[in-house]
Amino acid sequence: MGEPSRLGIGARGLVLGLGCLAVVVPFWAVLMTSIASPEEISRAGGFVLWTREPTLDAYRAVLSGGIVTRALMVSTGITAVGTALSLVATIALAYALSRPGSLLHKPILLMTVFTLLFNPGIIPMYLTVKQLGLLDNYLALILPVLLNAFNVIVMRAFFLEIPRELLESAFMDGAGEIRILLRIVLPLSKAVVAVIGLFYAVAYWNAFFSAMLYLQSPEKWPLQLVLRTYVVNDTPIGSDQLSSNLENLPPQISVQMAILVISIVPILLIYPFIQKHFAKGLMVGAVKG
Amino acid sequence: MHSLRNRWRRDRVLLLLALPGVTALLLFHYLPLGGNIIAFQDFQPFLGIWHSPYVGLDNFEPVLTGDPVFLNALVNTLIITLIQVVFVFPLPICLALILNATISERLKRLTQSILYMPHFLSWVIVVALFQQMFGNGGMLNGWLRSADLSTFHIVGVPELFKLMITSQVIWKDTGWSTIIFLAALSRVDPAQLEAAVVDGASALRRLWHVTLPSIRSVIVLLLILRLGDSLSVGFEQIILQQAQVGAGASEVLDTYVYNHGIVGGDWGTAAAVGLIKGIVGVALVLGANRAAHALGEQGVYTK
Repeated sequence: MGEPSRLGIGARGLVLGLGCLAVVVPFWAVLMTSIASPEEISRAGGFVLWTREPTLDAYRAVLSGGIVTRALMVSTGITAVGTALSLVATIALAYALSRPGSLLHKPILLMTVFTLLFNPGIIPMYLTVKQLGLLDNYLALILPVLLNAFNVIVMRAFFLEIPRELLESAFMDGAGEIRILLRIVLPLSKAVVAVIGLFYAVAYWNAFFSAMLYLQSPEKWPLQLVLRTYVVNDTPIGSDQLSSNLENLPPQISVQMAILVISIVPILLIYPFIQKHFAKGLMVGAVKG
Repeated sequence: MHSLRNRWRRDRVLLLLALPGVTALLLFHYLPLGGNIIAFQDFQPFLGIWHSPYVGLDNFEPVLTGDPVFLNALVNTLIITLIQVVFVFPLPICLALILNATISERLKRLTQSILYMPHFLSWVIVVALFQQMFGNGGMLNGWLRSADLSTFHIVGVPELFKLMITSQVIWKDTGWSTIIFLAALSRVDPAQLEAAVVDGASALRRLWHVTLPSIRSVIVLLLILRLGDSLSVGFEQIILQQAQVGAGASEVLDTYVYNHGIVGGDWGTAAAVGLIKGIVGVALVLGANRAAHALGEQGVYTK
């Protein structure tokens, strides 16, 4: 390839550098403001980019019971249960579809792929959930999104890559389907299971509209709804919501930023794992999907 | 018949494994499709789907007669789609080209890790971050105020709303969307590029005659998917910010359906608009795919 020009390299570096700053600076400002002392915040008139007197008061205030603590537990629970159920259903269906020529293989595959093409619409979905008696029930946040057809297809593509001889020799030895799935197929597919599990987990953690639509009682709110109410809509949050026994409540902005940090941190924690695996998983999806 | 029985005996475990997933798809993808029948009913929640009276095409009146509230939602949707196809769609391609040309592998990976991150944040978080940075009481205005400079107002200004949501989309998804282009770029034949260098082609000519043509089918594929989605524009993103700017600037088809149906109780009209949106959406995907085939590209599915 030709020698790249110095100007070209400089321009590219500038674009990438600015892009990274645009991502990092907001996080940094939010994090710093959440741990800054009230004096620093009032001196800066709001956001703080560096704190000399870090304090965890804001976190203590939101995590010592009250609406944020409860929402955190709700979100964690939905994410854990939802991801487990989604993975089981996805693996099972993908495995069933990884055997071309089996009974009803074609119709089930078509039926799965077809769901990518259309969306039933908000109103019919709401009525269905209501009809099934799931309104105000956590299951309404899980069952409608239990299965993502795209994930099924990606996982199936992975299962199809496994050499047939391996499965056939296991059949010869008298192993049943379930045994083959658990003992041979899954151990060979750890990467794709991890990546799809993480995708499901992120989706459950981030779900906002389904919670707004299907949950009526505020005490059932997950974190995203609390975030919307007290940070996006700026509804004042005080000791009534926090049931905190701190003498002086930290400044509103610290509390808001602490809620924001709490909802971002889990994503940051699992992000390296997604990074590690996704290229592989996505490539298969892109090639075969 | 014998063979069917044999196949049942051989495959029943597979069918059992498929059962939970198939049930979920039937219950939450196919069954709700039937719920669209209320687009033709004067739906009353207490009467339910079975007993609400049928009213023919009455619910489609706002669409057929061009009701201004509906037209506003339609026009907003199309404008946002147009803005995003023109300004948002090419960005990941440019960014992928820049990343692809970055020589240091470590630097490339670090930048990718940072730029992909926002994709995994929820819309609530993205909107909250934007407000905290650019809002009237946000960080930038705080600095301007403390420096005795005049502040600016972009959050909550109806005229700037479309610009606002477009920047949010760019911030959240440009990095992530490069993945598929980077994958395509990694398959560009180095021999062709070297041949072009030998022939004296400038960097720009190499880009135009070698690199871009070899990722064309991916670009076309993604453009098709985007056009097929023309009528859906950032529902969660918009509903979160609608209260600040009002419906005039921010109502799109999806929020129209939500606001009229779930909030307003005008179930029939909302379902009718949702139904039309769904049908046109499917038609758009199929149409765009046809167009791709006519241009000699592969498209989403093959003929």
